[in-house]
Amino acid sequence: MIKIWTMKKEAAEADKKKPKQSAAQIRVQKDMDELSDLPKTIDMSFPNPEDLLHFELSITPDEGIYMGGRFFFTFSIDASYPHKAPRVQCKQKIYHPNIDLEGNVCLNILREDWKPVLNLHAVIVGLQFLFLEPNADDPLNKEAAQDLRENRERFKMHVAESMRGGRVNHESFDCVLAA
Amino acid sequence: MTTSTAVHSDAAPVSTAAGDWPGRWARLTPVLRRPGPFAHPQFTPGDETVDFLMKQCKVLVVGAGGLGCEILKNLALSGFRDLHVIDMDTIDVSNLNRQFLFRPADVGKSKAEVAAAFIMRRVPGCVVTPYFGKIQDKDYDYYQQFNVIICGLDSVEARRWMNATVIGMFDSDSPETLKPLVDGGTEGFQGQARVILPTMTSCYECSLDMLTRPTTYPVCTIANTPRLPEHCIEWASVLEWPRVFGDDKIDTDNPAHLQWLFETASNRAEQFNISGVTYSLTQGVVKNIIPAIASTNAIIAAACCNEVFKLATSSASLLNNYMMFTGTDGIYTHTFEHEARSDCPVCGQARLKMSVNAMWTLEDWIDRLIESPETQLKRPSLRTGSGSLYMQAPRALEQATRPNLQRTLGELLSSGEAVTVTDATLPISLEITVTFVETSEKTE
Repeated sequence: MIKIWTMKKEAAEADKKKPKQSAAQIRVQKDMDELSDLPKTIDMSFPNPEDLLHFELSITPDEGIYMGGRFFFTFSIDASYPHKAPRVQCKQKIYHPNIDLEGNVCLNILREDWKPVLNLHAVIVGLQFLFLEPNADDPLNKEAAQDLRENRERFKMHVAESMRGGRVNHESFDCVLAA
Repeated sequence: MTTSTAVHSDAAPVSTAAGDWPGRWARLTPVLRRPGPFAHPQFTPGDETVDFLMKQCKVLVVGAGGLGCEILKNLALSGFRDLHVIDMDTIDVSNLNRQFLFRPADVGKSKAEVAAAFIMRRVPGCVVTPYFGKIQDKDYDYYQQFNVIICGLDSVEARRWMNATVIGMFDSDSPETLKPLVDGGTEGFQGQARVILPTMTSCYECSLDMLTRPTTYPVCTIANTPRLPEHCIEWASVLEWPRVFGDDKIDTDNPAHLQWLFETASNRAEQFNISGVTYSLTQGVVKNIIPAIASTNAIIAAACCNEVFKLATSSASLLNNYMMFTGTDGIYTHTFEHEARSDCPVCGQARLKMSVNAMWTLEDWIDRLIESPETQLKRPSLRTGSGSLYMQAPRALEQATRPNLQRTLGELLSSGEAVTVTDATLPISLEITVTFVETSEKTE
C-alpha cells in the first residue's frame, strides 16, 4: 500500500525547497523591465537567460569619434546589488581615455557616485555617453587622454587606427569594426 | 546541530528550575508582576508573563560576534532560557578585546559553540543551542520555531537575507508566522537599533538607500594620481590583481594573498612617494574593516535586548521603529519612524495565492493576469527562483523566453512555487504562489 500521506509530505517538502528570488534578483528583474526601448545602438545578450545577473552589452555608436565600432561589455551583478554597483568590464582591447587596456572602465556612477536609486538603465546610458564624449579629465588610459587633450584631430586618427585593429604608440588593439 | 550535544556535556545543569536561588529574579519579577502607567495596553502583569519569558519564549540570536556576545549575555541575564545562536565564523585573536565570551584558548573554534557553552556555564538554567554554519543553511521551518529573532550582524548581505527571509515566511492567513526582527548594527562610535514587524513596519530593504556607501575611490585616481595609501592598496586589489591573476578572486582570509597585495601596494606607494601602506591597513582596505568599539556594541546590544524583552512581555511600548546612536560628539540618539517604501522589492511586494490549472499555457495565464481585476497588469515579466518564465524586456531576453509562452504551467512550475511578477507600469513587484487545482498529469 502506498503511503499517501508520506508522499504528500514529501511533495510539500520539495516545494519548500524551491528557491525564491533574492532581493537583488527581484530588483534586477524590475530593472530589466525598463529596458524595453533601448536605442538601436545598444544590444544585450544573455549567455544563460535563466540568469539575469550575468549578461553582455554591445554599443554601436552612430555618431562621434567611435562611430563604426562595436564595443562589448560584460556585466556581473552580485547579491549586494543595488547596495553596490554592477561590475562592468570591456571585453576588447580598445584605445579610449576612460577605458584601460585590461577593460576596466572609469565611469563615476560605477564607483564613487553609485547610489541604490540608480539602475541598469543609468549605467547603460553612462557607458554609451563615454563613446560620444570621451573625457580627458578622468583618464584611465593616460596616453589616450593626453593625446585627446593635445590634439583632437590626431586622437581621432589614432582611434580610427586602433578600431581597425592597428597599432597606436607601439600598442596593438583589437579590431572592433561593426560587421 | 551536530555539535550541540558536545556543548551540553560540559555545561551547567539545564533544568528550568536549576540554580534559582532566593531573590535571583528580584529585580526582574516586579516589573512583570505589577501594572504600571507606562506599560503597553496589552500587558497583563503576573506569573503568566514571567512563565512565558522563562519557560516558553524561544529567541534566535543571529551572530555571535561583538554584538552577539553582548546580546547573549543580556538575554540570559534578563531571564530568557531558551536561546539559539547561529554564526559561521571562528574566533580570531583580534576578537578577544571585546568578544568577552571568548578566551585565547578558544581561537580557531566556532563562535556560536564557544559562546553557547560559556553562557550555559555562567548562567544556570539558561539553555543555548548553537549552530556553527551559515544562516542560509536553514529554511523557513527552522526560523519559524522562534518567537523573536535578533540580529547582531556585520554585513549588509546577511542582513538583507535575514530580512527577506523573515518577511517571506510571513503568511497573512496564519498570524503566528509573523516573527519580529530586532536588528542592531555598529560602525565605530555609531550604531542603530531597529524593530522590524514584517509587513507592519518598514523593513531593512526599505532603508537600503540610507546606508553609507562602501568607500570607493575613482578608478582614474587610483590608476593615475594616487595620493593616499588607500589608493595604492585599491590599485593593487582592483587593477593589478585581476591583471596578474585573471579570474582568480582575492581571498581576503588568505595571508599569502594579503601579503602579495601589501607588497604590490608598497611598491606603488614608493614610486609615488606616499607613506602609510602597512599590512594592517591593507587588510583593513581589502576586507573593508570598520573599527569596532566595545562600548558602542554594549549600548546597541542593550537597546536591542530591551526590545526583545518588551516583545516577549509587552511590559512597555516598542521602539517605533529606528534608533540611531551617535557617540562621536558626546552621546546623542535620535529615534524616528522609518516609513515603509511601497515599492520595496521585499516588503512592498504584494503577495497573492492563486489557483491555476497545470494545463494552461504560460500565455493563457499571463492573459488572465492582465485581465484579472485582482492583478491588473499590463506587461508582466515572470520569474521564479530558478529561472526566467517570461521577460518582456530587454529584447534578447524576450526572445529567449518567448518559447515558454506555449508551454504549460505544469511543465514550467510546480505546485506551491512562488513566481515573482514585475511590470514596467507598476512600481511594486508581486509574488504569486501558485497551486495546481487540476491534475498536472500529461496525456502521454
